[in-house]
Amino acid sequence: MTLIGWAQIALVLGLAIAIAIPLGHYMAAVAGGRVTFLRPVERLLYAAGGIDPARGMSWKGYALAMLATNAAGFVLLYLLLRLQGMLPLNPQGFDGMSPWLAFNTAVSFVTNTNWQAYNGEAAASYLSQMAGLAVQNFLSAATGIALALAVTRAFVAGGVKELGNFWADLVRMTLYVLLPLAIVLGLAFVALGMPQTLASYVQATTLEGVTQTIPLGPAAFQIAIKHLGTNGGGFFGVNSLHPFEGPDAIATSLQIIAQAIIPFGLALTFGRMVGDVRQGRALLAVMLIFVVAATAIIYSAEAGGNPLHIAAGVDALQGNMEGKDIRFGQALVALFTATTTGASCGAVNAMFDSFMPLGGVVPMFLIHLGEVLPGGVGSGLYGMLVFALLSVFVAGLMVGRTPEYLGKKIQAREMKLAMLAVLVLPAVILGFASLSMVLPFAVSSLANAGPHGLSEMLYAYTSAAGNNGSAFGGLTADTPWLNTTLGISMLLGRFAYVVPVLAIAGSLALKPRAPESAGTFPTHGPLFVGLMAGVILILGGLQYMPSIALSPLAEHFSMLAGKTF
Amino acid sequence: MNVMSPTTRRAGASFGDPALLRRAALDAFRKLDPTTLIRNPVIFVTEVVALLVTLLAGRAAMQGLPWSFQAGIALWLWLTVLFATFAEAVAEGRGRAQADSLRRSRSEARAKVLLRADDRSLFQVRDATELREGEIVLVEAGDLIPSDGEVMQGIASVNEAAITGESAPVIRESGGDRSAVTGGTLVVSDWLVVRITAASGRTFLDRMIALVEGASRQKTPNEIALDILLAGMTIIFLIAVASLVGFASWNGTPPSVPVLAALLVTLIPTTIGGLLSAIGIAGMDRLVRFNVLATSGRAVEAAGDVDVLLLDKTGTITFGNRQAAGFIPAPGVEERAVAEAAMLASLADETPEGRSILTFARDRHGITAPVLPADARSVPFTAQTRISGLDLPGQGSFRKGAVDALAKSLGVPVPPTLAAAVERIARQGATPLAVARDGVILGAIELKDIVKPGIRERFQALRGMGIRTVMVTGDNRLTAAAIATEAGVDDFIAEATPEDKLGYIRKAQAEGRLVAMAGDGTNDAPALAQADVGLAMQTGTQAAREAGNMVDLDSDPTKLIEVVEIGKQLLITRGALTTFSIANDVAKYFAILPAIFVASYPELMALNIMGLKSPESAILSAVIFNALIIVALVPLSLRGVRYAPIGAAALLRRNLLIYGVGGIAAPFIGIKLIDMLLTLLGIA
Repeated sequence: MTLIGWAQIALVLGLAIAIAIPLGHYMAAVAGGRVTFLRPVERLLYAAGGIDPARGMSWKGYALAMLATNAAGFVLLYLLLRLQGMLPLNPQGFDGMSPWLAFNTAVSFVTNTNWQAYNGEAAASYLSQMAGLAVQNFLSAATGIALALAVTRAFVAGGVKELGNFWADLVRMTLYVLLPLAIVLGLAFVALGMPQTLASYVQATTLEGVTQTIPLGPAAFQIAIKHLGTNGGGFFGVNSLHPFEGPDAIATSLQIIAQAIIPFGLALTFGRMVGDVRQGRALLAVMLIFVVAATAIIYSAEAGGNPLHIAAGVDALQGNMEGKDIRFGQALVALFTATTTGASCGAVNAMFDSFMPLGGVVPMFLIHLGEVLPGGVGSGLYGMLVFALLSVFVAGLMVGRTPEYLGKKIQAREMKLAMLAVLVLPAVILGFASLSMVLPFAVSSLANAGPHGLSEMLYAYTSAAGNNGSAFGGLTADTPWLNTTLGISMLLGRFAYVVPVLAIAGSLALKPRAPESAGTFPTHGPLFVGLMAGVILILGGLQYMPSIALSPLAEHFSMLAGKTF
Repeated sequence: MNVMSPTTRRAGASFGDPALLRRAALDAFRKLDPTTLIRNPVIFVTEVVALLVTLLAGRAAMQGLPWSFQAGIALWLWLTVLFATFAEAVAEGRGRAQADSLRRSRSEARAKVLLRADDRSLFQVRDATELREGEIVLVEAGDLIPSDGEVMQGIASVNEAAITGESAPVIRESGGDRSAVTGGTLVVSDWLVVRITAASGRTFLDRMIALVEGASRQKTPNEIALDILLAGMTIIFLIAVASLVGFASWNGTPPSVPVLAALLVTLIPTTIGGLLSAIGIAGMDRLVRFNVLATSGRAVEAAGDVDVLLLDKTGTITFGNRQAAGFIPAPGVEERAVAEAAMLASLADETPEGRSILTFARDRHGITAPVLPADARSVPFTAQTRISGLDLPGQGSFRKGAVDALAKSLGVPVPPTLAAAVERIARQGATPLAVARDGVILGAIELKDIVKPGIRERFQALRGMGIRTVMVTGDNRLTAAAIATEAGVDDFIAEATPEDKLGYIRKAQAEGRLVAMAGDGTNDAPALAQADVGLAMQTGTQAAREAGNMVDLDSDPTKLIEVVEIGKQLLITRGALTTFSIANDVAKYFAILPAIFVASYPELMALNIMGLKSPESAILSAVIFNALIIVALVPLSLRGVRYAPIGAAALLRRNLLIYGVGGIAAPFIGIKLIDMLLTLLGIA
């Protein structure tokens, strides 16, 4: 670790926060329908869809609209991927994807996971990329934000049934937030040298006289939304490690900022919408504590290097550079990794499979914690609110009142739904991963023996269920078993989680908002921030400790003892 | 009466009572019945796991394999379950002891059923248990009142010690707010004609016994929500532990079932799961000891949530009778002279007001009242003269009375400065009395309804808890405002009608606030029913007692404040032990995880930061700690976590430090100590 490295981290994270603050307030204005500079476009879209943006929806209506939209998105994307061989804008002449892979990929992009069992430059046509994947990058991100807004509205007032209009939220977030940001960022990426072209791949002759195919494509703008929408699905197979997807440190820094600003900003949007900005700041503080701690652990583990290599005479100052590019360096890799896994983005600018065990356990554990730190666009906020409810419930009784968050009492119905949501992740992650470890055709996908092999499998289901999409690597994911079960994991991780959360919102919205008093559990100070961090660690993380002990921790301590597998 | 100290407390069995513990130990075994234990999911899972490990240990023993470690785990898992059922049994036992004392006083009486309501001479003697609602009975001196009822005729003194524990008889009469009688109480003098309002088995006493015994106990809303959290956590840890089978088989052999069972039981929240119902029962019990009966646990919980307290001025905030509070001299007169004249004018006055003048003169001016001379002639108060006083031969003639009446009777004008002072007193809601000696007006006495000492501080403390106090009074606005300011209430309702009270409650509830009030009259009934916590007075009418969800046997409305505190204490205890239970898990991981994977990854012993002796002793120590902590916390769950009105933020900080941080630290120490002991004894 170097001072310059820490300065880089501080600068990039500081910029992300500096942008998130005005963005958060701006998004609150958009959510409230107070931003209108594209009103004609908006009106046109509402008219085309026969939508009355002022008509509120109950939680069920909202959930149904959301599910219907995403189901339609899934079907369209699935067909596109299957049929891309017969469709235009396919200069490389790729065939349609196999049913397993098309299912997995379609689910993956609809659920904002962007797990990729395919290589972009070797399997997806330009049409699939632009009309399929990029569209879902916008749609799934806007869906996530819309859901977060709906849940937020449950705390705004008392005795209301409606959580807002899904269509209006979707349109406004796309038009006023995602699109403008993506255009600005895309232009910056083009300037930094990312391709944005429909031309076919280039054949080049290298100095050694070998012919090399250099893939191109309409990449820059898709990469912009990939980060802004915390989608993370790379245009190219190796994601932001590809020279066209992450040309230099500035590009990678912009990507870090892009994947953090909306999740950070939404915490503040929440505070603004519920009429108490301190509430939003507290949530943001919890997120930042984890981002900084995770960055520090990864940075120190990776910069420290592998003791076995150092003993064999490798320069200790290099740290562990396997799977990393020197154009980014350890510090930006650490911050990128912490934000991409904390934020449910899933883009990578280094290979986790090559991380030190302790460096590798952090991204996995961040996803285990529920993808809330800061979490995906929207999903981070509503996941965070579930943890806020749990924190208030566990400790709130200690002030001698029925637990309440922002004046809304948390009772049996809310707890039932919250537990239903919270159960989804461990059931899916641990269930499928454990099952896969005893199935011969599943373990045959693993590249490594010992605890590292277990990490690869555990990470895959963690990433899928957490809707993160990053890959640990070392796993041959394009098999029917993995495509199917990972696809199911993604679906459950997204929809089986959010529907109960919407139901909680519906139930809370109906309750009166009790006025604040000296007897109210304070949910904005450092005390609550600390409490919530503790609850996230203990309730969100403890159930994964046994499996983590068997994978990265076992690997770490074995390594220290000089044992390899 | 000193409002700072609670009034009579019902004596209850203490935690250490051997007879109670013996009975509880027996009950603990009866409660192992899985069909009832399933109501408590955490402990039910523990029982299933204990059974499983027992069977495995038995099989190992039969196969001649080593079985002592498995048997040790099985033993402690059973003890975990037993400690939990024991905690509940102890809590119930304490209630039962009280119920028994109530049952002894239950009426086995005969009822004199009147054949005609207006004829007391014609009655038929029947068994009290055969009484039906609406029947009219006669109760005479020496009779037990056969069932709950409403007095129709007569007036009698009734000893209600069976219910209230208070042996001084109370007056019961028809009409008004003292018309309700309770079955099982004794008529000491005179007679009553009573219309029965509750058939046998449904009387106040019956309900009271059932409540105290916990027979009709239902889970309260918070308890249900907490149960869901605990059940959810249990499922999550079940998944986590079960998935280890797959994970561990990838690289070596999976841990044995008893070891996984030990991991599971130490991770699921057995501490709070085992103590949850005991905490609830004990909360009700605390209220009963405080001589307040709640019709449900829900009401006790609601008490903790109360945001607004509606308190009657008279008797709650003030003493309810006017007392001397100042002497105002006329121009040129010493205050002491007024005090002396007032004292002598009141020497023969036996009313509380008169007594208070003597007390005030003594306290303020050090004037001790002399013994009433034999030749003194007292002038009694009459409604016509509105003057009273005393003629003392050789000392003079002393009079006190309404200012205008006294001035008129003496034929002297009231000095203008005094008149102004008198008017000021009247404006503030107090009563001025003029004092005269030998026909000369010396000054005035200020009589006012005195705010109880310490009540201001109580309200201050309530405000710190976020509770608004609202004074309800029939006084006019000016008077009410003056007393409200003096008592330090947040708001007041002047010239209050029952409709005003009801309206106020509804309005507060619409704003999302929970309201508590106390009341005794029939016209209080709608408001009592509307309030989230309605504390009815035992001396009140049947309608009021039916409408409220709590009854105060001491009939002291001030106790509403303590009821709120007891409600809060109940919730705090639950929250504290939940936090403690969950925080405990951290240390258990450090104890068990390295131990269970030691075969596959001996390097994981690096996580054994407690330096536990061996894998076996580590696992056993964690299981033993997990069981013993339940017993260790039984006294706390029965007594309740201490409550202090210091505001939510400070309270949270304190409890989070004790039960959160303490909950993380305690098992590290406890498990290490148990491990050392096991090593010392050579068990593991």
